[in-house]
Amino acid sequence: MTEHHEEVDDATGTKTTGHEWDGLKELDTPAPRWWLIVWMVTIVFAIGYWVVYPAWPTISGHTGGLFGWTQYEKLKVDQAQIATRQGEYRRKFHASSFEQVAGDPQLFEFARAGGSVVFKENCAACHGAGGEGRKGYPNLNDDDWLFGGDIHQIYHTIEVGSRSTHADTHMAMMPAFGAILKRQEIDDLATYVGSMNATQPPSVAWVNGQVLFQANCVSCHGATGEGNRELGAPRLNDAIWLYGGDHETLVETITRARAGVMPTWQHRLAPDDQRMVAVYVHSLGGGE
Amino acid sequence: MVQLFEKAAKIYPRRVAGLFRNLKWAAMIVLLGIYYGAPWLRYDRGPHVPDQAILIDLTGQRGYFFGVEIWPQEVYLLVGVLILAAVGLFFATALLGRVWCGYACPQTVWTDLFVWVERFVQGDRNARKRLDDGPWTIEKVWKKALTHLIWLVIGMVTGGAWVFYFNDAPSLIDGLLHLQLPGAVLVWVGALTLSTYFMAGFARENICKFACPYARFQSAMFDRDTLIISYAHERGEPRGKHKRGDSWEGRGHCIDCDSCVVVCPMGIDIRDGLQFDCISCGLCIDACNTVMEKIMLPRGLIHYDTERNQERRAEDLRTARLPTKGRMRWIRPRTVFYAAIIALVGSLMLGAILLRSETDLTVIHNRSPQYVRLSSGDIRNNYQLKVLNKTHFDRSYEIAVEGIAPKAVEVMAAGDVPVTAVTVPANSVGEFRVQLITDRGAAARNRVTFRLIDTSTGKVAQHASYFVQP
Repeated sequence: MTEHHEEVDDATGTKTTGHEWDGLKELDTPAPRWWLIVWMVTIVFAIGYWVVYPAWPTISGHTGGLFGWTQYEKLKVDQAQIATRQGEYRRKFHASSFEQVAGDPQLFEFARAGGSVVFKENCAACHGAGGEGRKGYPNLNDDDWLFGGDIHQIYHTIEVGSRSTHADTHMAMMPAFGAILKRQEIDDLATYVGSMNATQPPSVAWVNGQVLFQANCVSCHGATGEGNRELGAPRLNDAIWLYGGDHETLVETITRARAGVMPTWQHRLAPDDQRMVAVYVHSLGGGE
Repeated sequence: MVQLFEKAAKIYPRRVAGLFRNLKWAAMIVLLGIYYGAPWLRYDRGPHVPDQAILIDLTGQRGYFFGVEIWPQEVYLLVGVLILAAVGLFFATALLGRVWCGYACPQTVWTDLFVWVERFVQGDRNARKRLDDGPWTIEKVWKKALTHLIWLVIGMVTGGAWVFYFNDAPSLIDGLLHLQLPGAVLVWVGALTLSTYFMAGFARENICKFACPYARFQSAMFDRDTLIISYAHERGEPRGKHKRGDSWEGRGHCIDCDSCVVVCPMGIDIRDGLQFDCISCGLCIDACNTVMEKIMLPRGLIHYDTERNQERRAEDLRTARLPTKGRMRWIRPRTVFYAAIIALVGSLMLGAILLRSETDLTVIHNRSPQYVRLSSGDIRNNYQLKVLNKTHFDRSYEIAVEGIAPKAVEVMAAGDVPVTAVTVPANSVGEFRVQLITDRGAAARNRVTFRLIDTSTGKVAQHASYFVQP
């Protein structure tokens, strides 16, 4: 700093900092007073902030702040407020039957919105965010239901699940025909099942398959493949396939059988949450 | 010694009378009158709708401006207003210089009002200066206290008027008189009271000099034909004190009386030429003209003029020509350009307001899943329809679909029941779920247009969407 010599700029009468870059000199113009005051106020504000709010880390945690404010507490308060707001509708929903809910537009929208949230948190992992399903997991938008598509049946399925730990669970069980029928027979059967609605027998395999179907499958799937919801046997004469309707997949299904599992939600979701999900699923378009 | 800060010199503008001062008074009365009075105007819109002419109803999510009523999705009109305001500012600046700064800017208007209060209580420039420099006597204390009290009251009225634009004014003032006000209103009144008090009482010209972005880029709108306040150098210089009876030979008309400096609210000397601090308010012109009349010289040593005229006059003097008359070039590329933008945006806005539909339809195609295969092999697509009924009457509509021939159109109102016609209450949005079912067709993606037909007027609102199949 001994090198620093005071130099005053001619044009402005202001001192320079002594720095020079290619002839450009830096003026040492003082900041305006108001600016300095604002700066100091922000420092004072920051200190106040440290005192009032949790701010500084300590070895085992952090300083708590004067009023013990935390985001968790704030969240609790906010959620309590929301619960209070929802309370009126929740009580009404609790006291209403599904039929009463369907007839009350506001209550229905409340239940549908609530059901949609519960669905996305609990059901979407298998059935997809919009209930669109995927191989092995039923599409809930369509009109094909394994165990029935009216709202009471949907609610029951949510409650007990399929092949779950619940005592009353849906327990459809198809035998694996790989151990019962020969490979050729399974092939013929798959040919028949893949095009059941054909009016003219398209091939010898199809006719053989029809005979095999009548002998082995009609007790569950019905004489025309119309399915049986009591047993949870899928309808086979429609355009919807849970695992796929191509020949190879059908062969695989018949050989090994299928046994998809849906858990019981009875103890995982509050009863009203289960009912809301039922309202939501029923409203997706396939509800009966 | 390191100098940490520089104390800004306080400005004590002296009282002045004249044409431009009167213009400023008039502008202040008109603008403050509009600001404080506008929320009280009534405009009948029929039952169940506010009758306040200018109202931003935040809870009801509506904006009202006389016959214009906007919904949240029409806030783009506000963008139009802002563009018009900005370009209007540029236009005015290109023509007349900083008239906005000098006469109409809230910062100028409220500062002017606050200086008037200061003068009313504490006296003119010299008295105020004396008071500030002197010790804290009883007189100083009560004069200062009274000034600040009046400032705060003005600030409170300013904040009070602001909240009237967002609430029904008569019922709000009722709440005000009974001290029953929502917290948000109190916060706004408090914030605007303090900001008015601070901005007009203390910050004043510093806002123009340090905070205002417009002051900084106005030079882009300036050219040699823009009106600026100019000191007639060729006539005024060389300046010097003048005694009555002395000759005017060989000297300029400026008698260096400093009148133009002491009246300036920005604290500048206009004789130094055009500078960024000058807000073009014209008070120095009034001051100088008063002096010129007293010493019996022609007015206009300081005047509104253009740079081009100034140069021409200097040229006339140098070449000993007879002085040519100054003239304004109003029509210039930039003024034409700004005017064209104003006309364009203005007509777009007018069109948007005049052609505003009373019903709007929005169709959202369900994408999760995009399509559903039904047992019969038919394909179904689901849609969510939002129907905006902007009229003040309940309306019912029919829904038609163009582009494909669906086997079935199922409309589900709130509640899980199919309906045939949809009804939307006055001034509200109705939401409906619609399902289209078709035989499997050829194309994977078809354009579909939903038509919403108002059964009472036959008017149609439509929205394009698509139908997807595997």
